[in-house]
Amino acid sequence: MPKDFLKDARERYDVIVIGSGLGGMTAANVLGRAGYSVLLLEQHYKLGGLATWFKRPGGHIFDISLHGFPVGMIKSCRRYWNREIADRIVQLKNIRFDNPMFSLTTTYDRHDFTQLLVQRFGIDPATVQAFFDAARGMNFYDDQQMTVGQLFQRFFPGRDDVIRLLMEPIVYANGSTLEDPAITYGIVFSNFMSKGVYIFEGGTDRLVQLMHDELKSNGVDVRIRCDVEKILIASGQVQGVVVNGRTIHASAVVSNANLRSTIFRMVGEQNLDPAFVDQAREVRLNTSSTQVYMALKPDEHIDESTGDLLFSSTARQFRTDLLLSRDITSRTFSFYYPRMRPHARPRYAIVSSTNARYEDWADLPEEEYEASKRELIETTLDALEQYVPNCRQRIDHVEAATPRTFQHYTQHLAGASFGTKFEGLAVSRALPEQIGGLYHAGSVGIIMSGWLGAINYGVIVANDIDSLLLSQSPSLAAHAAEVS
Amino acid sequence: MTPAAIRGEVLDILENIAPDEDLDSLQDDVSFREQLEMDSMDFLDIVMELRKRHRIQIPEEDYGQLASMASTVEYLTPLMKDI
Repeated sequence: MPKDFLKDARERYDVIVIGSGLGGMTAANVLGRAGYSVLLLEQHYKLGGLATWFKRPGGHIFDISLHGFPVGMIKSCRRYWNREIADRIVQLKNIRFDNPMFSLTTTYDRHDFTQLLVQRFGIDPATVQAFFDAARGMNFYDDQQMTVGQLFQRFFPGRDDVIRLLMEPIVYANGSTLEDPAITYGIVFSNFMSKGVYIFEGGTDRLVQLMHDELKSNGVDVRIRCDVEKILIASGQVQGVVVNGRTIHASAVVSNANLRSTIFRMVGEQNLDPAFVDQAREVRLNTSSTQVYMALKPDEHIDESTGDLLFSSTARQFRTDLLLSRDITSRTFSFYYPRMRPHARPRYAIVSSTNARYEDWADLPEEEYEASKRELIETTLDALEQYVPNCRQRIDHVEAATPRTFQHYTQHLAGASFGTKFEGLAVSRALPEQIGGLYHAGSVGIIMSGWLGAINYGVIVANDIDSLLLSQSPSLAAHAAEVS
Repeated sequence: MTPAAIRGEVLDILENIAPDEDLDSLQDDVSFREQLEMDSMDFLDIVMELRKRHRIQIPEEDYGQLASMASTVEYLTPLMKDI
């Protein structure tokens, strides 16, 4: 008989969380800590969603999305997780750019950026100041007509080099483009750029392990290999879920699955207002990614001046649509040095990431797909050669992931690795108005994307649920009194 | 709770949220954002902490009332008078 991954699970919980991405885990943790009974269901065998890693023979570990997040992670981890996690967050100090327009290394904070823009790019300090102030001053209620591209043209007309410096890392971080609303850039930029780029020392595996420990200590019932087939709804109220063929009830359900999968697969449009369904159908998924994972032989090493994050491109122009092409000219290399995993065997790993379109990969016949993957690996090694000479001889292991790989492991529609475009946020937030007690907390709207966005969105939704359950409890108490 | 006691309670919450800030010189009539390095998550934390400690429900449309110490105390006074 197959193993029962729901063995001894209860019939009913206060809250069920579907999906253990950072948003789902954080919502579960905050609610568990507040004293609610929480069931966390993950379809995969590992927790973390896209905050994940894999191991290969020879002591190699590859991180998928660890590099890098804003300083705000320290505060969020301290508050919504624990001190041990927060204290392991460290800054990446060598952020490097290399393209036909410029080559430079920066700490990627406001001070350093200002200096670069003024001294190296010859921009008037007052313009730099005005740009930073405009980006920082943007909020959700602002005009959403202006695009990122228009914002740049306002401050740096005709300066593609400046745009590249300011935009390329954000594209890497959240898949946004010059056509997205300017406020997505403003909010992410002001969060991201003020104090540099950070990572978790110990690696994604250690982080997720510490989070799992914390979830357990807060009484959260964590289950892997539990694929939710359906969210149960009656009279406009969420009732629970069907998971691995079993029905489990709850007063509130949070879906940390992809927004469109949540609405169209798990809820079903018959349970929703047609206008909301139309709005949900209009939500554009953000792009997917390709990655190439390369591990150095144990006796090889790379000097840290090579950089922590390297935005490398051979494209003469900076166009965000070019960044998606299968004819790759731009790659972001993440270099993982042994200090990143002080507890593990000293290993060097390099992960090359490129944003990509699912449709470019989805329907390739198997043979062509394999050939494309090999080509992806070979061209990546070619590109790496100038930063890590003789890399082919020095590499112990190499493999590639495509949008199909992302789709396979996360079950995200179209392998989306950055959630949805901007309009997804409003749909995500409006879900509880459609179905009482049902919430979505996942990567949406570009703003709530990335590790920090996901964690904070989990907190926002946990707050909504705490509020809901508290307002319900007086009536529940009255009902209980009546029954007795 | 009296307005003075409410002020003390909010100050205690702020000390937890912003441990690195000097709150002794906080000016009640000036917005928190102008004096402290606070973001929207910090305000959410105030809301969550008030609910946890005193079961006070603050709807999202009222979050703007928490802009400064003076406006926060004024907003909370009727909600916390029986606590």
